[in-house]
Amino acid sequence: MKRNRVVITGMGIVSPNGVGIPSFLEALKNGESGIRYFPELAELNFSCQVGGKPVLSEGYLENYLNALEQRKLKSDGIIYGILAALEAMEYADIPLRSNDEPPDWNMGVVFGTGSSGAEKFREAIYQVDDGNVRRLGSTTVPQIMVSGISAYISGKIGAGNWVTTNSSACATGAESILMGYEHIASGKATKMLCGSSGDVGPYIWGGFDAMRVTNWKHNANPEQASRPISASANGFVPSGGAGALVLETLESAQQRNATIYAEVLGGAVNNGGQRQGGSMTAPNSEAVQRCIRSALQNAEIEPSEIDTINGHLTATAMDATEISNWCEALNRKGSDFPYINSLKGMIGHGLAASGSMETIATILQLQHDFIFPNINCEDVHPDILRQISEEKIPKQCINTSVKTAIKASFGFGDVNACIIFRKN
Amino acid sequence: MTSERIYAKLLPILETYLPEDVDADEIDMEKDLTAELNINSAHLVDVVLDVEDEFDIELSNDDMESLRTVNDAITIIQNKLAASA
Repeated sequence: MKRNRVVITGMGIVSPNGVGIPSFLEALKNGESGIRYFPELAELNFSCQVGGKPVLSEGYLENYLNALEQRKLKSDGIIYGILAALEAMEYADIPLRSNDEPPDWNMGVVFGTGSSGAEKFREAIYQVDDGNVRRLGSTTVPQIMVSGISAYISGKIGAGNWVTTNSSACATGAESILMGYEHIASGKATKMLCGSSGDVGPYIWGGFDAMRVTNWKHNANPEQASRPISASANGFVPSGGAGALVLETLESAQQRNATIYAEVLGGAVNNGGQRQGGSMTAPNSEAVQRCIRSALQNAEIEPSEIDTINGHLTATAMDATEISNWCEALNRKGSDFPYINSLKGMIGHGLAASGSMETIATILQLQHDFIFPNINCEDVHPDILRQISEEKIPKQCINTSVKTAIKASFGFGDVNACIIFRKN
Repeated sequence: MTSERIYAKLLPILETYLPEDVDADEIDMEKDLTAELNINSAHLVDVVLDVEDEFDIELSNDDMESLRTVNDAITIIQNKLAASA
């Protein structure tokens, strides 16, 4: 079946190391950390007292949301998601539909999240338990319903096609882009706003802290805490934020003379079934390799065409396993291995938001011809060095032409997602 | 409390919920909150919560059902204040 070609024409980001594309791009090239120490986490007896939380400059929120829209809006994830989505619409140069216009029937939204409105839900639970259900107000439902984020965004932009929220743990962001891609490729929409966002803070991060999967050894050195690929990796650093991308048919983008950031060549999602070593929390390596190979097949490219990999690489013992899965799936190793990097060294693990923020980092590399540096891996793990050459793990920004990039995300529930992008 | 005084305290609450295309000057006693002032019907519950906080009263479901215009709001508030005095 003939597929529509799908391109990316807009991007927006709210990341712990940069809010808005220009500031994120600069931080990305410079390897700037967005990880901070949170005294609040120490007071709450968290083992890991560092994390990544976007910092909104004064007036940033007001550019996008009026006073009534901001009123009692307590869900960080929804706020970050709206800001990223509206920035992406600006870069795509697609005007928002005004309230007296019909929606754009050919534009949809797939915007994912892991959970919604933890802070609002907490407030509501206290009210309900006190017998004060009547005082919950009108925004409790939209803030705590998981599809709240796509509902708020579609209301802002006036989307009249498929509007939904996907959720697949740490693969959520990558999955949302693939869902939008498929929908456009199969001719059901012309434009899709895709991405993901997540709340930040103790209620979201607590469960991971309890599982001891976060790094508790760097509370005094927050910027060194997130250490993907490193021998001294000791668990991930939790964070959050949002990334948004406007996907569009190549035809529509060309017709309206839009800037094209990259083409989505294809991708794949699958699941390890929590078998063959896979579990709720650990990946089935065969599934990971199959997902990568399926993505290559779907994109109709050879492994040798991959210039750079943006890994999932969270800074746990699984990093070496991930590298071995890439080596197997691509049949490339040593100095033949593509460049590889992980954004998590700079911003930690954005959980549901990670895939979309990391995809934006990946595409910025294609657009601006560079490979962003891995930070905090001066001591590359020996199990990784046994598989690939150290030069393939840049520690400084490399200025080089990058044509084809592959991005993967893996998550709890043994979910995998992999996408391939090409410079247009 | 006089109805003028109540109106003066009610006005900023209503202004908060006006959509961007409705000017605060359009508020007067006879205006229907949703049909004429275009306040989103879902926001009526928020108006009521703000009124309860401002006047230290509690509105019943019946009060909410009878709330249509600015004038209705003032009457409801006046009755509640008189009952609690």
